[in-house]
Amino acid sequence: MSKVNIFTRGFFKENAVFVMLLGLCPALGTTTSAINGLAMGLATTFVLIMSNIVVSLIKSQIPDKVRIPAYIVVIASFVTVVELTMKAYLPELFAVLGLFIPLIVVNCLILGRAEAFASKNNVFDSILDGLGMGLGFAMALTILGAVREVLGSGSIFDIPLYEGDGALVFVLAPGAFIALGYLIAILNKLTKKTA
Amino acid sequence: MEYVLIIISAIFVNNVILAKFLGVCPFFGVSKKVETALGMGGAVVFVMTIATIVTYLIQKYILDKFGIQYMQTITFILIIASLVQLVEIILKKMSPSLYQALGIFLPLITTNCAVLGVAILAVSTDGFGLMESTVYAIASAIGFGLALTIFAGIREQLDMMDVPEGMKGVPIAFVTAGILALAFMGFSGIA
Repeated sequence: MSKVNIFTRGFFKENAVFVMLLGLCPALGTTTSAINGLAMGLATTFVLIMSNIVVSLIKSQIPDKVRIPAYIVVIASFVTVVELTMKAYLPELFAVLGLFIPLIVVNCLILGRAEAFASKNNVFDSILDGLGMGLGFAMALTILGAVREVLGSGSIFDIPLYEGDGALVFVLAPGAFIALGYLIAILNKLTKKTA
Repeated sequence: MEYVLIIISAIFVNNVILAKFLGVCPFFGVSKKVETALGMGGAVVFVMTIATIVTYLIQKYILDKFGIQYMQTITFILIIASLVQLVEIILKKMSPSLYQALGIFLPLITTNCAVLGVAILAVSTDGFGLMESTVYAIASAIGFGLALTIFAGIREQLDMMDVPEGMKGVPIAFVTAGILALAFMGFSGIA
């Protein structure tokens, strides 16, 4: 597999949210606006890259039987780093994302990449994989957040687009499911045409 | 705080899946049949209750006592991971058929954010003692099982429906979940 391929497949072919359906909880829970989605996506990307690096470095040292708990500890450490940094420098964002920051640790995407990719490949490829998958995830969250923000509050990245309130339901829980459902349907249609 | 209020709020008003978006992965993963949904729901009730009790005690008597709250995430996830392992061993011995049905999703309870999420919510909610936390965990898990089972029932019916080509499979499942969440929003009038 070429280096370019490792990097780009996270965006469309194996996009975490739209295709693999991984990491759905933060994808639905934090995307009330485009900015929140982007912030959550970048925080996840950081943890994903760092954990991919460490897992790839220590892969030969870990006995096979305890590898999953070992990966989880590695991931949890980086999540704690993000959590404390965010609390100190971005307290407002931390208040909005709240519970979903510590919950990065149980994002199936991160453990999935550690198990499926980083534990079998060298450090450089693992960084590329983490970067591609993470940015693909961030992209998906930003798109979903943007769609919900436009429909729900009539603005995008906090810039007002039209007068009035918009359909509040898209900011609330049900709108998240419905918006993601239709996004996946549209994406299916697009990818089928090109394939 | 009144227990009845905690129970109704956790099951209906603030349903873990449909209002808080916790545990969405298994919600879509194991909701194709009512039977597996019930099994998964039962496993989650068991794991979530024990996990919340244990993490509550650890938080109060170790993390708070020694001022090492920053270890919360790491400690909690390790406790949950070992508990899931325990449930897996017990289930393998006691009920092989259920063990087979749940398949790969049992280890995945470890990465079920609902378990960790409820444990963190229980220790961070003001006025929650051990008793309140336990009740809250059981009620949340029942809410999880309820939403999962209802959704599985709908999906079983959905298989026989004539769905437009582009919406088949995942997209229609998401839209259905959205409508289900809309229905659950009706409960917010109670609280």
